[in-house]
Amino acid sequence: MTTPLDGFPATRRLILKGAGAVALFGFGRLSLGPALAAANDKYPEDAFKQKSDADAIKSLYGKTAEASDKVKLDAPEIAENGAVVPISVSSTLADVTSISILVAENPNALAASYRIPVGTLPSVANRLKMAKTTNVIAIVEAGGKLYSASKEVKVTVGGCGG
Amino acid sequence: MASTIRVRATSSGETTEVQALIQHPMDSGYVKDAKGDLIPPHFIQELTFEYDGKSVFVADWGPAVSKDPYVKFSFKGGKKGDDLKISWVDNKGASDTATAKIQ
Repeated sequence: MTTPLDGFPATRRLILKGAGAVALFGFGRLSLGPALAAANDKYPEDAFKQKSDADAIKSLYGKTAEASDKVKLDAPEIAENGAVVPISVSSTLADVTSISILVAENPNALAASYRIPVGTLPSVANRLKMAKTTNVIAIVEAGGKLYSASKEVKVTVGGCGG
Repeated sequence: MASTIRVRATSSGETTEVQALIQHPMDSGYVKDAKGDLIPPHFIQELTFEYDGKSVFVADWGPAVSKDPYVKFSFKGGKKGDDLKISWVDNKGASDTATAKIQ
């Protein structure tokens, strides 16, 4: 049951909501705005600095992904050399605008993000470094929504040296 | 200096498949050299492919992309004999550009 907007209570609620939002976002998240804009046309510096995969996705896209079998992630079961692990991602979804690949256990989870203009097929192959056995997460942005697939890759020799 | 970019772009009529191999150390900043000093991060941040004046593919890379990176993608269109322009910029501001003929 919603009450009709009768002026005072709604206004008060809005003010409280606004204050809450400022408290939530005003503190330490000043970079959120520019980071979101960056996902489309500029190098997403902030997203690459995030440590966890969840934070990197949030910084890059500002939303969360749902698992989808329309995202296909090809990765080896076992990678003998973590310095060179072939990974490919493709999707049968329509209107794909970007594909990102994250390596959860790396010092910075986001490995690569690809912008897919209209007319380019939603399929990309590359080679990534992995520090140790890790989940690899593929994110596909299609029609403004995020879809994901993940797979564990067992790494025999880590690719981050040291 | 020889180009750091090697590209093969092949048209199948409907789509053009592009494979690129770039020479770059892609240092992550986490690896130590023989003396035990950390090698500072040095990696390609942005790689752009342009066809007919429009970008057909843009890669944003972090240091987790392997040394001498490889990437493959396809786009619709692209005629045999046309130019595909490839350029990259790294975190130190270095860059390189190459043009490949679609085969």
